[in-house]
Amino acid sequence: MSGFSLQEFMRRDQVFDIVNAAQSDQLNVDKQILLYLEGLSVSFDGFKAINDLNLYIRDGELRCIIGPNGAGKTTMMDIITGKTKPDTGTAYFGQTIDLLNMDEPAIAEAGIGRKFQKPTVFENLSVFANLELAMAQNRDFISLYSAKLNTEQSDRIADVQQLIGLADHTFKLAGALSHGQKQWLEIGMLLMQRPRLLLVDEPVAGMTHQEMDKTAELLISLAGKHSVVVVEHDMEFVRNLSEGGRTVSVLHQGSVLAEGTMDQVQNDDRVKQVYLGE
Amino acid sequence: MFLLQILKNDKGGRWLIGLLIALIVAVPVLNSLPADSALHVPTYTISLLGKYLTLALLAVAVDLVWGYLGILTLGHAAFFALGGYAMGMYLMRQIGDRGVYGNPDLPDFMVFLNWQELPWFWSGFDQFWFAALMVLIVPGLLAYVFGALAFRSRVSGVYLSIITQALTYALMLAFYRNEMGFGGNNGLTDFKDIIGFSLSDDTTKIGLFIASAVALIVGYLISRALTESRAGRACVAVRDAESRARFMGYRVENIKLWVFTISAMIAGVAGALYVPQVGIINPNEFSPLNSIEVVVWVAVGGRASLYGAVIGALLINYAKSYFTVELPDVWLFALGGLFVLVTLFLPKGVVGLIRKKETV
Repeated sequence: MSGFSLQEFMRRDQVFDIVNAAQSDQLNVDKQILLYLEGLSVSFDGFKAINDLNLYIRDGELRCIIGPNGAGKTTMMDIITGKTKPDTGTAYFGQTIDLLNMDEPAIAEAGIGRKFQKPTVFENLSVFANLELAMAQNRDFISLYSAKLNTEQSDRIADVQQLIGLADHTFKLAGALSHGQKQWLEIGMLLMQRPRLLLVDEPVAGMTHQEMDKTAELLISLAGKHSVVVVEHDMEFVRNLSEGGRTVSVLHQGSVLAEGTMDQVQNDDRVKQVYLGE
Repeated sequence: MFLLQILKNDKGGRWLIGLLIALIVAVPVLNSLPADSALHVPTYTISLLGKYLTLALLAVAVDLVWGYLGILTLGHAAFFALGGYAMGMYLMRQIGDRGVYGNPDLPDFMVFLNWQELPWFWSGFDQFWFAALMVLIVPGLLAYVFGALAFRSRVSGVYLSIITQALTYALMLAFYRNEMGFGGNNGLTDFKDIIGFSLSDDTTKIGLFIASAVALIVGYLISRALTESRAGRACVAVRDAESRARFMGYRVENIKLWVFTISAMIAGVAGALYVPQVGIINPNEFSPLNSIEVVVWVAVGGRASLYGAVIGALLINYAKSYFTVELPDVWLFALGGLFVLVTLFLPKGVVGLIRKKETV
């Protein structure tokens, strides 16, 4: 607390954190930008995983992020979701919510959902229970203990099950699902959370072509109501997603190398050099 | 109705509670039969059974945090012993002037240590309601403070297990000291009455047995109500994929803290019922070995089923009583061997065996 002084304490142009309303009510997207990442850097044992990264996600857009291994894609998601704290830089959700001061549950409550590279569903719980736990709800222990499912909620779970093609597997244990089904279940869990921003890490890894098409369709349909950030290796899939001039960002050595439509990016000389190698 | 709702998906639990209720009814009847009757149950056996039931309740408490929350606690005997000490202090105060030194104000060991007045933390323990409250509060508070520190700083896995061992070990060393005012290494013993009933009476022993059975039923139902609720499913989620639960918005540390505290309180009640039935509480109850033994009971019975914990506790404690009488040298080898065999051949414990039989 070295920087703490009486002047700081008495400042009248700001209020204490405890006086502020719950974070999620504060989301302010007046400028049409949902996520601001500015000047982010983080290094692990001297290795700069993220190096002066600047990235802006518009409200409601679908953004694909590509980049070679070690470009810092997962670290970036870790910073946004509160798992990793950066050495420098700022991360804001809307105009007002400072993500760097929040822990994982608080960030999730504020409206950021994340799908992991490796599908992580709760294997010993049924498909239904997985979705039920993911549902936007009061998560303190007493509310959880006394929670009863109302019709609206069970309808919503049924809808999501329909959407992710698991309508017939309500009571099947999530651990017994196929790899693709797990990926879908995890996307379904994200939807139950009703996040404003979805971070999706390699959603089609291990999927068949039909499943990939369905996933692309689903993600595109989600954009608009939600902002969706997709990190993906599969070029075909990214091309598919970014059709119609959506923005693609290329990450390289921890910062944004190029940004634009898929065609622009692919014709960028630097990108060709480091990534596409064409 | 409410009861059936809780046990809706728990066939083992329905059996267990049915059996316990049957015991509550049958045991006093069988005890009243003439002593030469083949069906007569001697009071000694009833006290032994009552003791087993309190240990089974301790096992349920451990299964709640280990089976459903994934916290391998190796220090739950500490909460058990604290509940036992709270009850022991009440029983000490009930002795009054019937002690060896005949001092109406001080327990014998304090007279022996030349203490002049009762330490402040003994005040209130002459009231049963106060002691009963402390049986819940002291273990609960310790679990809360310990859990708040450990879970907030995200200590988990082996490290957490080691800290729980350290906790119970530290308490054991502290309680061994005479200056602590809990009777040092002799502990608290020579109890006479509990709420006005003489502990040497058969009816009191039967009463304590019934109280233990009721406590096991209630503790079981509380635990089951918890695991059947959405909070219980959240526990399993935390157990299997902690960081996923966190990214979903769950305050993992709060969930752990709640369940850990509830479990400690259940363990405290078990200890409080254990002490009047064995007639003594001393620092050995804090021994790290005891906590590890409880984990073995749960593992043998079958983790994350609750009734498995009861089966394991009864089975092993019966075996222990048998072996320590018949073949005292073999007991520890038998226990160790059992643990190895169960881990190798019955990874889901006795419960896993039963379930397999059912599905075939």
